[in-house]
Amino acid sequence: MMLIPCPWCGDRLDAEFTCGGEAHIVRPDPATASDAEWADYLFMRKNPKGVHHERWFHAHGCRRWFHITRDTVNHRILAVYAITDSAPEAAG
Amino acid sequence: MQSWRNSTGGIIDRSRHLSFTFDGKRLSGHPGDTLASALLANGIHLVGRSFKYHRPRGIVGSGVEEPNALVRLGKGGSVEPNARATTTELFDGLVASSQNRWPSLAFDVGALNSVASGLIPAGFYYKTFMWPAKAWTFYERFIRRAAGLGQAPEEPDPDVYEKRYAHCDVLVVGAGPAGLQAARAAARSGARVIVADEQAVPGGSLLGEHVTLDGVAGQEWPDSVRAELESMSDVTLLTRTTVVGYYNHNFLVAVERVTDHLPAGESALPRQRLWKIRARHVVLATGAIERPLVFPGNDLPGVMLASAVRAFANRWGVRCGARAVVFTNNDSAYRSAIDAADCGIHVTTIVDCRAAPRGRLVEEAHSRGIDMMAGSAIAGVEGRKRVRGVAISSLDESAPAALRKECDLVMMSGGWNPTVHLASQSGTRLAWDESLATFVPGDAATHQTSAGAAAGTFGLVECLRSGALAGTEAAARTGFDGEAPAVPEVEGDTGDGALDLEAFWHRPASPRDGKAFHDLQNDVTTADVALATRENYVSVEHFKRYTTTGMGTDQGKTSGVNGLAILASLRGEAIPAVGHTTYRPFYTPVTIGALAGIETNGDLYDPVRKTPMHTWHEKNGAHFEDVGQWKRPYCYPRAGETVDEAVQRETLAARTSIGILDASTLGKIDIQGADAAEFLDRIYTNMFSTLKVGRCRYGLMCRDDGMVFDDGVTARIAENRFLMSTTTGGASTVLNWLEEWLQTEWTDLEVYCTSVTTHWAAIAVAGPKSRALVSELTRADLSAEAFPFMAWRDADIAGIAGRIFRISFSGETGFELHVPASYGLALWRNLMTAGEKYGITAYGTEAMHVLRAEKGFIIAGQDTDGTTTPHDLGMSWIVSKKKKDFLGMRGLSRPDTLREDRKQLVGLLADDSAVVIPEGAHVSPQPAARPPVPMEGWVSSSYMSPNCGRSIALALVRRGHDRIGEEVAIPLENGIVRARIVKPVFFDEEGARLRG
Amino acid sequence: MKYSLWNLLRQAPRGHRDWPQAWRNPEPKESYDVIIIGAGGHGLATAYYLAKEHGITRTAVLEKGWLGGGNTGRNTTIVRSNYLWDESAHLYEHSLRLFETLSQDLNFNVMFSPRGVINLAHNEHDLKELRRRGHACRLNGIDYEMVTPREIKEIAPIINISRSIRYPVLGGAMQRRAGNARHDAVAWGLARRADEFGVDIIQNCEVTGIDVRDGRVTGVQTTRGAIRANRIGAVPAGHASVVASMAGLRLPVESHTLQAMVTEPVKPVIDTVIMSNTVHVYISQSDKGELVLGAGIDGYNSYSQKGGINVIEHQLEGLCELYPIVSRLKIMRAWGGIVDIAPDASPIISKTPVEGFYINCGWGTGGFKATPGSGWVFAHTIAQDRPHRLNEAFSLGRFESGLLIDEHGAAAVAH
Repeated sequence: MMLIPCPWCGDRLDAEFTCGGEAHIVRPDPATASDAEWADYLFMRKNPKGVHHERWFHAHGCRRWFHITRDTVNHRILAVYAITDSAPEAAG
Repeated sequence: MQSWRNSTGGIIDRSRHLSFTFDGKRLSGHPGDTLASALLANGIHLVGRSFKYHRPRGIVGSGVEEPNALVRLGKGGSVEPNARATTTELFDGLVASSQNRWPSLAFDVGALNSVASGLIPAGFYYKTFMWPAKAWTFYERFIRRAAGLGQAPEEPDPDVYEKRYAHCDVLVVGAGPAGLQAARAAARSGARVIVADEQAVPGGSLLGEHVTLDGVAGQEWPDSVRAELESMSDVTLLTRTTVVGYYNHNFLVAVERVTDHLPAGESALPRQRLWKIRARHVVLATGAIERPLVFPGNDLPGVMLASAVRAFANRWGVRCGARAVVFTNNDSAYRSAIDAADCGIHVTTIVDCRAAPRGRLVEEAHSRGIDMMAGSAIAGVEGRKRVRGVAISSLDESAPAALRKECDLVMMSGGWNPTVHLASQSGTRLAWDESLATFVPGDAATHQTSAGAAAGTFGLVECLRSGALAGTEAAARTGFDGEAPAVPEVEGDTGDGALDLEAFWHRPASPRDGKAFHDLQNDVTTADVALATRENYVSVEHFKRYTTTGMGTDQGKTSGVNGLAILASLRGEAIPAVGHTTYRPFYTPVTIGALAGIETNGDLYDPVRKTPMHTWHEKNGAHFEDVGQWKRPYCYPRAGETVDEAVQRETLAARTSIGILDASTLGKIDIQGADAAEFLDRIYTNMFSTLKVGRCRYGLMCRDDGMVFDDGVTARIAENRFLMSTTTGGASTVLNWLEEWLQTEWTDLEVYCTSVTTHWAAIAVAGPKSRALVSELTRADLSAEAFPFMAWRDADIAGIAGRIFRISFSGETGFELHVPASYGLALWRNLMTAGEKYGITAYGTEAMHVLRAEKGFIIAGQDTDGTTTPHDLGMSWIVSKKKKDFLGMRGLSRPDTLREDRKQLVGLLADDSAVVIPEGAHVSPQPAARPPVPMEGWVSSSYMSPNCGRSIALALVRRGHDRIGEEVAIPLENGIVRARIVKPVFFDEEGARLRG
Repeated sequence: MKYSLWNLLRQAPRGHRDWPQAWRNPEPKESYDVIIIGAGGHGLATAYYLAKEHGITRTAVLEKGWLGGGNTGRNTTIVRSNYLWDESAHLYEHSLRLFETLSQDLNFNVMFSPRGVINLAHNEHDLKELRRRGHACRLNGIDYEMVTPREIKEIAPIINISRSIRYPVLGGAMQRRAGNARHDAVAWGLARRADEFGVDIIQNCEVTGIDVRDGRVTGVQTTRGAIRANRIGAVPAGHASVVASMAGLRLPVESHTLQAMVTEPVKPVIDTVIMSNTVHVYISQSDKGELVLGAGIDGYNSYSQKGGINVIEHQLEGLCELYPIVSRLKIMRAWGGIVDIAPDASPIISKTPVEGFYINCGWGTGGFKATPGSGWVFAHTIAQDRPHRLNEAFSLGRFESGLLIDEHGAAAVAH
């Protein structure tokens, strides 16, 4: 039961949120993407054991999306940043 | 007659008597008693039969560690199986009975297992019951009957449970001396503090000590701290509350037993309350549990933990026997021996496996006339249902044979295990402490401090000091500075100083000496460990699972370290090298009702959503179905009518006069903003930017892999405003989908989405007379010319400001009326009254399904299954070829989605028009083949259509679009149905009614 | 020594002194014909069938912890084959058939008990889905029957079939040949037989790198040194992405925590396995008497075996709704496993773009039932360097072509 630091609402119980999985996946140009590139975008995931940049949605709160950097082993939250920002380098 | 109760001593109220029964026998105890202390006061040790061998078992401990004394409490629906007698508070009228025995506790047929015990070592069941093949289920029936402990209730639970959340700066787990000091320190600093303790009163081990603190009796001192804590507004002291689980980010779960200590029906409060506590810092002052020693016969009633005998004496004034022998490897048992002697038990001998025990306690025991046998061990225990004597032998192999001592009580102490369960659950690694021969918490994995005995600090003064420091530190870490409270001046035997422990795990013994148990509840012996080692089940987890060590309801509280140590010694390795198994929730077993809470009760399980017209549906006999959380009328059977007949009648009415449907559950999303049109172009497969204000358009939504996931009609309300409708079940998924794309991918678009599903009541009026009826209620011109198909307008309907949409899912001339939800029922009633002359008929979801199937309109989720594209549905017309991008576009041009032999939506007409092909049936090119029968499609929708006068079906069939006119076969359980593939539209193909 | 009642009888007076090791603790050799990464049920079964069916015995099974210690030892032991799609049905049915004789095959009682599995329907949509699956099963030769609420009540008297509960039981589908097996015994029995064939099962040996040269594998780096092999089969359950990344591959899976729990043991109250998607509950009773309950998955990527309490609470709300008498029983232990889930809820048993490197993963919440079948087809894939007919469809390539095997209906609840 994590405490998710929503940038708008403050610390809230994880059950209020939906995790949107891996962040920073670029949707390729459908006009030029190969089948493999499209499959990569749709399905392939880093799924790292450790530091993970991911998207969260405060579904039962402000209903805003934002980014979190989290360790998938011990669930420490290493960074919170806007959905339009790129991953912080220091956090891995 | 409580003949084993002393006339003084302890903290029980002798002035009051509580009557209770055990196995039907009427007994008495006092307020302050547990069931265990009361049973012992009545001289009852034998309380159960063991799990596997059905050996007689007695009370071993005095708290949560108890492995043996599991009883059934209560009657009827209020039964609780497997309750620990040692933590069950006595109340007047308590009913308890023993378990796992037949026909009686004294004479148990299952004890035959004990005779055959040579045949059933650990894991015997893996080695046999394999012949003849398939016979396992035969053997298993007997094994299942023999296994299990107590009996489950046979009636529903009459009690209620509740839950609450709490937040604090410092959570102190345990209100023993360390915990109370920690709480006091944290509270005085101004921090918000919660203290939770599993017992009825705070005090922990102090309740069984003969000491004074600052001149106050040890058993009363906790009350003074309690008074101080309760006087502070930001402190919550929870008693009868066990913290059972430690989750991420310092989220802890505790169970408060609110009324378990009261006779049934005495209180209107819930039985138990689940606390979910978020703490900024946690102090674990959970104490320690004494370790049994492992020796042959150590499971006989009368063999008890030394500390338990001491607790029963000091706290409850109960003598656990008349004549005791003590067996120990450390100094703490001497304190127990002395207090037992002071309580009136004749302690004859202390058997100490240390070669030369010395020190103040040894001398004091000696001065009380207790014999000392150093360098010795108990080699065997005599007796059948109670200890009658022990055999003692020297650990020096050359020494003479065993010496016999008569006794009815054996007090054992193998040292102490700090209660590290919660620390371990939180991720804190455990470290091996050689001097204590046990695991202690290592560096904390989270904001957490262990204090007192839980941290491996024994001795009252040390615990008080450790607690004060932990509390001060915890408060400081959360921003509250204060000074550590002074450690009270303690007089009496505080137990401080080293335990001077010398590890003694077991002694190799021959089977003749009898079984030596390290896990009493699961009947696991040293011989089992030896067998597991021999067979190479030597990793701790293999060992645990193969022998079942620590897998009982006590979760290894007394067996864990002993089992590991014996395994390590047989492996010839150090204990820390062997490691330990992971502690899992829960610390003690938790009632399912408490975890479920009040949400177990019907409508509270999941909210019921009702439309504004629900009461009308109820009054008019609606047969409801659950669609997501909504209740929707499936049909409205009249008296004497079956469900099927009702559906047929309703379906027919909609095409011959007027049908009226409550469509309020359809999802409605208001979409506004400068880029709303562009946004919808990207979301839907077809174009919306070209839609004119005042018009509607049907749209199909795909995931980005090209598979259909929702559909609906969207109206353009204004240049930059749309009203989207979704399926009933898809409403929230679609809204989340829109938000996700807007907020995470197309952040440059200015669009706002708002769910307005429940703002509007929606009524579909369909049928040839629908225009006449609706026109009666509005002045708006509804003629086909002025208000064509797929138009919408604001209108005053029966005096209510709303909207009229010229849309239809039934394929009939139809209108969808939207009015504010609070007017829904009024409008519905109005329509029913005004429509009476036309024969207006309310129809439910099933008639709606038949009507739309007659027209070949799909239902997303019924005629699609997550592997269906718009092209598969024959809806290529809705996939824009002009747009550069939309969700699903690229997915539709992958090798498999481009294939021509995909399953495609077609109509099916059974050769026999009276036969309704079952939904879900499959089409096969070789229907008579032996399984596996090849399949080439499936029937997604199938009904008897009163308007077509025959059965109709929709199916997804391989290459279906090219096979119109072809005969196919549908093999069913009782024969093959033959049908013809047709276009998926059965009624009014030209759409004259729709547009008329 | 053969496991039999006779030998148990003979060993009884001897204090069971002569039972040999169930498996050895071999030191890793320099090279093997095949390396299997992961000594869970699927990995051990792969090694076993490589030896038994393909004569390949120079095999090492590398395990970073203890054999059978991952999801094999953490699941709720359900075995069934009533799947919707042909591809799945055939694979799971093959596995179920192997289970039926596994105890005799291995000379180790894995306690496969065909006590029947019932899937409940709580609304019209559920009923439709169950019927569709039923028709498919019948044509695939898999036993399956629709059962009425009254019939369900007769099979499991503790169920509440009242129409007045929030989501009443409208019916169900039963597979009588389905049931439970003892999870640890499956791993141990496979390990013992594989070991007898000469397979080296090497525990406490973590793979830290995969050597790839010119697009093909040449061996692995481990915490116990380098080991060479030209064929490597990875069966690392929740850690598939971690292992695949060592070979430079990304997979279409995500790892999540899946929780399960048991109550204190009680005398028998339910003899069948009952699952429900809508109320999100499934229940069976172990031979020891514990009610075995599965919870759902936590919604975020996780490599920790600790899940959230909310998942358990939600599960138990549904349980009390359907089985009111359980309310006063107590949950004794809850635990989690790390499961890797593919987008279509179907496994991947496949060759990869790296020659000689094979992957078996994506079993999500339901891998236990496939244990022997998965090992059987994976052994074939490795031995022949091409998939068997039964696992052809479960390729990595399906994600590119789009031919997914969408079993979300069958796997909505962990099982």
